[in-house]
Amino acid sequence: MKFQPIDQFATTLAPEKRQSVYGGTKATHEKRTKLLAAQFAEPDHLRRLAGEIKQHAIENLDTLLPLAEERLKAGGAQVHWAVDAEAARRQVLAILQRRGATRLVKAKTMVSEEIELAPFLESHGIECLETDLGEFIIQIDHDHPSHIVRPIIHKNRREIAVSFEKNGLGAYNDEPEVITRRAREFMRKKYLAADVGMTGANFVVAESGRLVVVTNEGNSRFSLAATKCHIALVGIEKIVPRDRDLALFLNLLARSATAQQLTVYTEFIQGPKAAGQPDGPEEMHVIFVDNGRTEVLASECREILRCIRCGACMNVCPVYRQVSGHAYRSVYPGPVGAVLSPLLAGEHFLDKADLPKASSLCGACNEVCPVNIPISDLLLRLRDKGKREGAPSPGLPPMGPWALLASQPLVWKAALFCGRMLDHVPGALIPVPAFHAWTGCRTLPKWRGGEFRKWLRVRKK
Amino acid sequence: MMTIERKPPLGKKVQLMATCLCDAFYDDAAVATVQVLEHLGLTVEFPQAQTCCGQPAFNAGDWAASRRVARHMVRTFKGELPVIVPSSSCAAMVFHGSLLAFEHEPDLPAVEQLARRTWELADFIVHGLGVTTWPGRFDAAIAFHRSCHTRGSNSAEAAATLMRSIPGVNLVEFGEAEQCCGFGGTFSVSFPHISEAMGRLKLQHLRAAQPQVLVGVDTSCLMHLSGLAEKEGQPVKHLHVVQVLRDALKNGGLL
Ligand code: SF4
Repeated sequence: MKFQPIDQFATTLAPEKRQSVYGGTKATHEKRTKLLAAQFAEPDHLRRLAGEIKQHAIENLDTLLPLAEERLKAGGAQVHWAVDAEAARRQVLAILQRRGATRLVKAKTMVSEEIELAPFLESHGIECLETDLGEFIIQIDHDHPSHIVRPIIHKNRREIAVSFEKNGLGAYNDEPEVITRRAREFMRKKYLAADVGMTGANFVVAESGRLVVVTNEGNSRFSLAATKCHIALVGIEKIVPRDRDLALFLNLLARSATAQQLTVYTEFIQGPKAAGQPDGPEEMHVIFVDNGRTEVLASECREILRCIRCGACMNVCPVYRQVSGHAYRSVYPGPVGAVLSPLLAGEHFLDKADLPKASSLCGACNEVCPVNIPISDLLLRLRDKGKREGAPSPGLPPMGPWALLASQPLVWKAALFCGRMLDHVPGALIPVPAFHAWTGCRTLPKWRGGEFRKWLRVRKK
Repeated sequence: MMTIERKPPLGKKVQLMATCLCDAFYDDAAVATVQVLEHLGLTVEFPQAQTCCGQPAFNAGDWAASRRVARHMVRTFKGELPVIVPSSSCAAMVFHGSLLAFEHEPDLPAVEQLARRTWELADFIVHGLGVTTWPGRFDAAIAFHRSCHTRGSNSAEAAATLMRSIPGVNLVEFGEAEQCCGFGGTFSVSFPHISEAMGRLKLQHLRAAQPQVLVGVDTSCLMHLSGLAEKEGQPVKHLHVVQVLRDALKNGGLL
């Protein structure tokens, strides 16, 4: 029998990995829910408000982006626009080459994953070091992140200890403190030797040109303190209109992402080092990356651009918990990824058209999203788009003939009667894959087609 | 999920949308729906031409096919009477799903007209009729599965309110109650392995609470969970909430 790729993937996932993912996501989700309920009278009001502000922002990018550019430039930053991944990579490389830089230290940015920056830079002789601990472990393991906030949620500390040992970072020791200390010692030297520091941005405020970067490890702050040049890679949807909006978004982001009241480090960056300031990069570049976002904005799924990448939707998602992020074959996994990845794939949409189907449409994601994105509606819209564009749907009978049946009452009644056969024909002879997919793990109740209608008739007499 | 304002019900007559699963497998849940509505003093009309709400095609992404079925439903349930559905999922298809599928269609107003008078059964009893307690008797420890289509609607809370008020009912708590059981309509057959894993997790939590009966507002989730349990050789007793209401009346000599 042919199964959907993600369902197939689930059958190959090691139980240990599933346990890591399930345990990690469940714990964070539960803490998040408790924290929000304990600290806010109406968390849902906040989610709705944040959603409205973000919706306003993405619908007004045509005025907010130029405003941000103007303010950033006034603060001394240089602003670049990248229409696609290729343009963004080239712009980063050009900045590095102009400075004769060969060593880059990098804080966590999903956009850099999206544009596959690190392999590109390495092929041009640039050393590119991930400084977020999770991303660092991914890097030395030649693995891929499986979660947008916790890239190594699929790994346990024993696996990490093994890869540290393999990479010459000390003899096997799986104490988290030891692992962290070793990574820190290794990185400190790298920071000091680095030429350029790279970050993403969680928010860019249009009215002030203020970049906001949140981390829990302080690694972005280190990158900025140790290097002379700062490059920020920013998706164009990261805009919020006003500084005061940050109060709402920072409160929601940390709680939704990691069940913290506030991330440990919250940096507000308004340009390179100013005259009279002792430290900081002397040069700052902000690269606004489009890479398909304008098309998403033009689509019927534009609400997904509100996303602030908190990961709450994957933490609560029962499918993600069973399959892990790698099942989604994308930089963005889980519910948000099932919407965003096929859209960002552009002309390769059909390669990812199965992702929106990997959902029972339970709607748990809708209830946690801090910007109130109607994720399950968007999944449905993409299923419709997939169907119209000819995406295959293995495992399902064609719905056209079924709809014909279900719109002709007489045929329907006849079918209710004929369904009785199900109880008598040996299952093996039924040529419907969906039937076998059902009965592979479940029994089917006894067919009672038409019995209710009979009861009504008899009663009338 | 509710996206449309509903009209309060007027008069003493309703239409019943029995759902395709009751038509094919769960006739007693449909019978109980009629009995319960009649006990509440209502006259129940059953439009014979009814089939399905169109959700299987809608979920599968074949919106053209789902609109064909939805149009048939609109034609079948003409008029102004409230339409009562013993399923949160099929009800949500009418008042939410179809509105999405018809967004760009000229006959959207007709679909909206139906959406405004369609109710999930427990929601109708509690919020449409204002009935918040249920008489009779039902002696059992009940695990109540809140199916996902009750999210953002009043249905789960309504069903729980009614059951809690029945003498003899003990609603037991269980772990991860708000998590999906893994049915998901077409998902159950196109992603059978994930669906099974989700269902087993749900069963594990349910069994830990040691209920005597598993109760839900959707026969679909019940069919999935009980089918899994039976295949394991450990069947679970399961009832639709309307069967509990009806049996309570019977046990109390009220029917
Ligand atoms: S879609 Fe919502 S819940 Fe998911 S990552 Fe984005 S902001 Fe967070």
